[in-house]
Amino acid sequence: MKRAIIWAPLLVFAIFVAMFAFGLNRSPEQVISSRLVGQKLPDFALPGALPGQPGLASADLAKGKPRLLNIFASWCVPCVAEAPQLMALKQAGVQIDAIAIRDRPEDVANFLKRWGNPYARIGGDKQSRVQIALGSSGVPESFIIDGRGVIRHQHIGDIRPEDVPAIIAALEAAR
Amino acid sequence: MIAEAGLAALWLAAALAALQFALGAMGLRQGGDTLLPAVRPVALVQAALACLAFALLILLFLRVDLSVALVAANDHSAKPWLYRFAGAWGNHEGSMLMWVTILSLAGGAVSLFEKRLPERTLIATLAAQAAIGLGFYAFLLFASNPFARLDPAPAEGQGLNPLLQDPGLAFHPPTLYLGYVGLSVAFSFAVGALVTRDVGPAFARAMRPWVLAAWIMLTLGITAGSYWAYYELGWGGWWFWDPVENASLMPWLAATALLHSVTVLATRDGLRAWTVMLAVVAFSMSMVGTFLVRSGILTSVHSFAVDPTRGAFILALLTLYIGGALALFGLRVGTVKEGSRFDVVSREGALVVNNLLLSAILGIVLVGTLYPLMAEALSGEKLSVGPPYFNAAAGPLALVMVAVMAAGPLMRWRRDEAMAVAKRLALPALLVAGALAALLALAPSIGMLPLLGLILAGGVAAASIAPLWKRNLRRTPLFIWGMVIAHLGIAVSLAGMASDSAFTRERLVAARLGETHRVGPYTIRFDGVEPVVGPNWTAVEATLTATRNGRETLLKPQARAFWSPPTETNEAAIHTVFDGQLYVVVGKADEEGRWQLRLWWKPFVTLIWLGGAMVALGGLLSLIGRVRRERRAHGQEAFA
Repeated sequence: MKRAIIWAPLLVFAIFVAMFAFGLNRSPEQVISSRLVGQKLPDFALPGALPGQPGLASADLAKGKPRLLNIFASWCVPCVAEAPQLMALKQAGVQIDAIAIRDRPEDVANFLKRWGNPYARIGGDKQSRVQIALGSSGVPESFIIDGRGVIRHQHIGDIRPEDVPAIIAALEAAR
Repeated sequence: MIAEAGLAALWLAAALAALQFALGAMGLRQGGDTLLPAVRPVALVQAALACLAFALLILLFLRVDLSVALVAANDHSAKPWLYRFAGAWGNHEGSMLMWVTILSLAGGAVSLFEKRLPERTLIATLAAQAAIGLGFYAFLLFASNPFARLDPAPAEGQGLNPLLQDPGLAFHPPTLYLGYVGLSVAFSFAVGALVTRDVGPAFARAMRPWVLAAWIMLTLGITAGSYWAYYELGWGGWWFWDPVENASLMPWLAATALLHSVTVLATRDGLRAWTVMLAVVAFSMSMVGTFLVRSGILTSVHSFAVDPTRGAFILALLTLYIGGALALFGLRVGTVKEGSRFDVVSREGALVVNNLLLSAILGIVLVGTLYPLMAEALSGEKLSVGPPYFNAAAGPLALVMVAVMAAGPLMRWRRDEAMAVAKRLALPALLVAGALAALLALAPSIGMLPLLGLILAGGVAAASIAPLWKRNLRRTPLFIWGMVIAHLGIAVSLAGMASDSAFTRERLVAARLGETHRVGPYTIRFDGVEPVVGPNWTAVEATLTATRNGRETLLKPQARAFWSPPTETNEAAIHTVFDGQLYVVVGKADEEGRWQLRLWWKPFVTLIWLGGAMVALGGLLSLIGRVRRERRAHGQEAFA
């Protein structure tokens, strides 16, 4: 009994070391990617983020053609950084919908006036409920949804100019 | 040239650490103590060389030498000199160099000042210290070279995280590191004593001042860090249970337990194995903390660069040192004789309870900090553990511990009568009851934990002064004063925490110019907004007039935008009065010209840090008292 107690600290420490080693070895992508990739979108119906504008429901994203679903917020600085890339994708004919996280209509309107509006529909997600249901952990994030409403790809962080070809390729692949 | 000289100094220091370890190991095998005169100067020169390397790095930062990669990545010529200076350790490589410098300084100090330890144990201690140093020198030289050159040199540096551009940063990390790494001495003492099988009161008396010194620094560092987060982050909170904060709290909890168990060992020759264990655990927690912070395996607001290779390197060092020490403990502790026994109701008994509670809190914090990692390893689930867990799990234990802290100093060593103790505790207990009645009558709606905290603070304050009762105050030893002030500091801090969580008033308003808003006893008028330009930032500065009982105070919170790297920060305006702080943060403007203002009235919140400072002061008095008494005892021996 006494011997066991004497060696217990070393045993506990060994468990911690194993845990730390695990923590070091996991790759960062595994950590945050949504497990919904490859699955159908969860059901949701959000009100419009702008007054008088249509909201966004999961049914809107399953209309036969792949779409980009962008999770953003007016208070988010990287979202400003990705705005030109979203505008460019829109120019290239990509259909983009958005969910505005924890935002107020006047702030969203301001944001779009200032940085451009690439979105077809914008749902307002005041409590981040849909964001969490999608398995998204931050803003900005973008999902590629195929024509049947299945999530094909998740892009974490802002879309940089060098990411655009990969996004377009993923959209092609989702056809 | 400076960078090369720094690197050379670092290599030399590493070589001397290897020599120090080899000499120590040889000395122990020989069984004689003939090598001690050789080990001492090696430890001193090694410390001097590490200091030189660190000083040279600071010089590079002051001169903004952009041909050095680290300087180019973290410095900027537009930065005020204080932040160029502090920038030397506001990054991974620099802070690790500071870590190693303090480690070697601690070793040097032991070799210079430690006269009480038997020579064999001292040699083993210095060898252990050198072994730790060797690993971390290797880490610096092979995985985090602070002196690496950059070719070609860029035209301008990349600045420093603006959150870190604050006078607090110049002093907070060095203080904390002195505490963290100072605990290495206790670790090396424990290893040394295990190697020579020499654990007893003399060992405890020799170790105590070193533990005290490190603990004082850790206390100051945590207190300062908490205040820094409070005024710099602009969130109005003073503790966030962030992994990095926990990394500093865990060694403190272990060191606090060690401080008390070492007293039992020194005075009563009890708790031998337990004290050695705590000495190992305290510094292990420092190393685990360093690992958690530096490897980036836990996400934290204190985001540092994530680098798995460096993480793996530190993990290897951790495994070697902590695993080695624990294995040595397992092998040797059986041969450490059991110390003397004592009754449950006694000073020792109270100190054991204190130790168990501190260890339990340590366990709670450790599990909470690492749980996300554990959960992910077992089930792949990603989650985070927040304040609700920590407050609910650690809070009640902390309160029980504070209550035991009130009773402990009023008990006698070895054995005491329960009735007599109860009698001595009658007055504080009465105060607690009175405070409870008063609070329930005056503020019936406050939460359970803050309520208990407030009334306990009152009782503990009274009980912690009680050891001075009927004493001749002028002849009371300094270390008793130290204990009284430190315990009083805990009560003061607890009162601040409880008052802050029970009585804080918070308002978030969108204010137009000229509007007034109320928070707590203050009426706040929004007078205007104007741009301000600093050395490397521009800001929006709001002007607010706070009025309380007809007296006006001007507040100027800022929302700052730094341009290199581009980052925004909030500079809260804080108005301190005797009964609390008014804390104001300005946010963004909306379309209609309304500005977001966050207003807090925090009654007696300053007591939190005042209490922390008192705890550190108590430690300092105790340290001075102990060292003086040892000197005097030593002098008398020599005289006799």
